[in-house]
Amino acid sequence: MDTGKSVGIKNRIRTITENPKIVNSTRGMKADFKKLLIKVFSFVVIVGICYVILSPIIGMIVSSFMSDSDRYNPMVYMIPTSPTLEKYKISWARMNYLPTMGRNLLYSITLMLIQIFICSMVGYGFARFRFPLRRLLFACVVVMIVIPDHTIMLPLYMTFKNFDPLGLVSLFAGKPLVLMGTPIPMYIMTIFGCGVRSGLYIYIFNQFFRNLPKEIEEAALVDGAGIWYTYFRIMLVNAIPAVVTVAVFSMVWQYNDTFYAKLFLISENIVISKKITTLQSVIANVDKILDTSIQELYLSAGVVLIMLPIIIIYVALQKYFIEGVERSGIVG
Amino acid sequence: MKKRLTLSQKRMINGYLFILPWLIGFIFFYIRSILLTTQFSFSRLSVETVGGYTLDHVGLQNYVYAFREHGTFKQILTSSIFNMVLDVPLIIFFSLFMAILLNREFKGRTLVRAIFFLPVIMNSSAIATALRLSEQFVAGGISAGSSQMSTETVSSTVNVSYYIDLFGQLALPNRVLDYIVAAVSRINSIITASGVQIVIFLAALQSIPSSMYEVAKIEGATAYETFWKVTFPMVMPHIITNVVYTVIDKFAESDVVTLAYNTAFTDFNYGLSSVFSLVSTAVTCLILILAVGFLQKRTFYYN
Repeated sequence: MDTGKSVGIKNRIRTITENPKIVNSTRGMKADFKKLLIKVFSFVVIVGICYVILSPIIGMIVSSFMSDSDRYNPMVYMIPTSPTLEKYKISWARMNYLPTMGRNLLYSITLMLIQIFICSMVGYGFARFRFPLRRLLFACVVVMIVIPDHTIMLPLYMTFKNFDPLGLVSLFAGKPLVLMGTPIPMYIMTIFGCGVRSGLYIYIFNQFFRNLPKEIEEAALVDGAGIWYTYFRIMLVNAIPAVVTVAVFSMVWQYNDTFYAKLFLISENIVISKKITTLQSVIANVDKILDTSIQELYLSAGVVLIMLPIIIIYVALQKYFIEGVERSGIVG
Repeated sequence: MKKRLTLSQKRMINGYLFILPWLIGFIFFYIRSILLTTQFSFSRLSVETVGGYTLDHVGLQNYVYAFREHGTFKQILTSSIFNMVLDVPLIIFFSLFMAILLNREFKGRTLVRAIFFLPVIMNSSAIATALRLSEQFVAGGISAGSSQMSTETVSSTVNVSYYIDLFGQLALPNRVLDYIVAAVSRINSIITASGVQIVIFLAALQSIPSSMYEVAKIEGATAYETFWKVTFPMVMPHIITNVVYTVIDKFAESDVVTLAYNTAFTDFNYGLSSVFSLVSTAVTCLILILAVGFLQKRTFYYN
């Protein structure tokens, strides 16, 4: 019985292996079908999730072109029947768009340059020099990333309200400076490596410098370059990818930041994202548009205007954002 | 005569010079601020018109008030923590799942990756509020808005209650069902909160040596086994990173922060605000330590 069965199986195996057509058609079809199923499934999931992410943005862009009658027309879906630029015109004027945006970009870009300069220096210091307490101090950088900003917001507020480090200011000027309402506190904090997410940038630079070969510096040293010359002319040039990453992140996050802008009462003529919070009431008061759902149309036009620079930067430099996160120390 | 320094001493001094700006900032803005916040939390702080402030030591009064008398603090704190504990595993699993989906080759992969990362770029609170407002526009103007309000769901473009009824007939345990319902209705916030995590997981997946998969294939492992024996252990260290990142991120935008901010700058009760900040930070750190400790024991480090 047993031997007969095994012979039968052997025969079947032989017929299958000798006949490649059968193998391909039965097993291949199943595998193809499975692959197709997985493909369709992942396609559906990915498209669905992209829709969830994009739909508010699409909705906002659509509604910023809507006219008042479109807003109340239940038939209007996605494409406004009578598109208008009026919402943009008024939002543009009420936000004083170009001057404000110019000031804001100047503010973000100068802060970005300081961030790059300071954070790369500190990151380099941690990556390449051996000194006592180095590990402990680097742990402090991590602590800086972890501690939420609001834990230290009150003392910061008090400090900059009466800015008087070590009594020096009152010694020379007679009384402490009031820095609230100006962007100076933000600059001071950034210069001392404590700006918006500076800890993260220090970490990114540290990780990057650590992975650069030591031979570059040794060659520079042999050729007689000093440490600072080596850093500025050789290491920083080699760290261009990290610099670009930090530049784009710092730029965008500085631009988006409302926490510090609110804390330091920085004027909304400098920080345009603060303007968007008041835009609706400005429209209501100045243009006498009292219908809230119509006001929202103006608001979305304003938000589109504010998002525009970020979107442009993102589309242009998209690679660096994602590679930055990948390459930054967060990963390795 | 000046004593000459050795090379390593010189480098040491230069090292300190390089980190000096940050060191000053850290001591002045962080260490000093944390100490001051602690001091504020034990005092009644009154701001003077000339500038400066005075502190009256009141002992534990602020803490007692926050926990015994304050109307909403305890609820907001617990609900923030609860939301965080609920969201973190969901975000981690979702982003791992998405990373695996995105890891295979297909057309338009860069575009999809760019879209997934978009919420990270648009994380401004002002823009976020406006975006939330505009969600209803997609569903068809103001007339659709009213019908959606009645379903009481977060993601307004999907009729969630229909699916909840569907699941209700499956006779699942109520708690499990509640969790699923909560997860589904949070899908929007989970997707927008997992941009960075997906990218980190993607990088992790790509760093797994392909020889490992080859070995698994030769040994006859199924896709399921390969995932649990190869992929999962290899991305485990990044799960810790992502958990830390998610907890911090979620905490920074939780209601406790808003409460602390409003208590300080709307009600001008600085002492109480310090208590809120400190307590919530302490709780978050505790959660972080527990989570990382728990995961670290189970983590496999390849190198």
